Amino acid sequence: MPDRGKIIDVHQLAVPGLPPTAPEQLRLTTTTDPDVPIAITVVAPATDRPETAVLTTAATLDPKLAYQLTHLETGTQWIVAPSLIGTALTVLIAAALVQNFVFTRYLGLCVFFGVSRKRDTAIGMGVTFTIVGCLSGALAWAIDRFVLGRLQLHFLQIIIFIGIIACLVQTVDTILRKVHRPLHRKFGIYVVLITTNCIILAVPLLNALNQRGFLESLALALGSGLGFALALFLMSCARERADLAPVPIVFRGLPIAFILAGLFALAFLGFSGLRV
Amino acid sequence: MSEPEFKLPTPSARELLWRGFFSENPVFRLALSLCPAVAVTTTAKNGLLMGIAVLAVQVLSSFTVVCVRRWIHDKVRIPVYTIIIATWVTVIDMCCAALVPAVYAEIGLYIKLIVAFAIIISRLELFASQQPLGPSLVDGFAMGLGFAFAMVLIGSLREALGGGTFWGIALLPDRPLLFLLLPAGGFFTIGLLMAAMNWIDLWRGRRLPGSGGGHA
Repeated sequence: MPDRGKIIDVHQLAVPGLPPTAPEQLRLTTTTDPDVPIAITVVAPATDRPETAVLTTAATLDPKLAYQLTHLETGTQWIVAPSLIGTALTVLIAAALVQNFVFTRYLGLCVFFGVSRKRDTAIGMGVTFTIVGCLSGALAWAIDRFVLGRLQLHFLQIIIFIGIIACLVQTVDTILRKVHRPLHRKFGIYVVLITTNCIILAVPLLNALNQRGFLESLALALGSGLGFALALFLMSCARERADLAPVPIVFRGLPIAFILAGLFALAFLGFSGLRV
Repeated sequence: MSEPEFKLPTPSARELLWRGFFSENPVFRLALSLCPAVAVTTTAKNGLLMGIAVLAVQVLSSFTVVCVRRWIHDKVRIPVYTIIIATWVTVIDMCCAALVPAVYAEIGLYIKLIVAFAIIISRLELFASQQPLGPSLVDGFAMGLGFAFAMVLIGSLREALGGGTFWGIALLPDRPLLFLLLPAGGFFTIGLLMAAMNWIDLWRGRRLPGSGGGHA
């Protein structure tokens, strides 16, 4: 297992256990493109940590990419990569808040406007959707990676993913009915509605498009579910109030709900200042 | 599948077109297929392409369902319809990617997501699975056209008021309401258009539905 380095600035890289070396002795590349070396200008010992060297590069470094550093004489290797957990958390927070699927990507709106009338139904739908979404995200990732990828059948993605989701929804419904009847009476209706929610299809499609790993895929599924649940809950609270307010007659019902959603979307713009 | 015991009367073509455009407009009245209606309508051109794609999928799926419904067992009809829709969406998706790559780059994800639109499967379930071929095609066509009409209307409004252009041609010297192009603008535009349709209904002397437009 090679040692890990760390990107500390856009042009600087801290590498533990590297003795003072001439820049020509080192070769830095991205792991995806090992033929293109990145020029290193200065190698200096770090002032704050022992046994660590700080490399300065001419090109800017992207903390989201994975790099590989090789000492040409000794053959020692270092990996500079973002930690898996960190990336997954970034994806999760981005999906839930910064790029909330409902308010900034406008997905799942049919269900969103359909079940956001009452707070109870909103919570039920949010919880059910998050759980089923994680299951389908993981399953779709596995099938995409191990079946469609191996057989070069990427053009079948839409059909296969919707098939997986339909089967999964049916399975969850059946299992819930057999195993826990009261729970099924409470949540069964939401399970059936999940098939018409485009978020559940968008998550595997986005994962396949960006070629995400398993942990990141799961994070996107979880984040989208949490984001959807949050949006539903907020909206149901606002709509319960709007039902009691003296709304002009042509705006009653759905039109005012759209205006409310627009206001929420404006508020969620505030999250775009969050750099993740 | 056995024939239903009582059949709904088959409406005339004119009635079907009127329903698709106004009284049962998929976006403004049924409040189905809202995701693309908000997402891709930042320009009229994107809206039109999305509308045409949905129109094509709707007509082709209606046609397929009418042809094969004799052999579909009642219990598995929803999954079968979904697979039929997914097949046609794949075809349309590839056609769009080949024919209009520039627009496709912007709205490709939403074209793939046509599969999950409630409007298409609800038309199959409510109409094409019971009525003869001719009216089913007209119904699919009318609903698709109504959807495309709504998309172009929203797209034109947002593009003209938000960007000051129409169909890529500069229309206004500045951008009067830039925020219409933001995510929130789509929600506001649709809310106001829905209210406007309710207002027209009131003005024509008709009562509003209890929920105030939309069945949701």
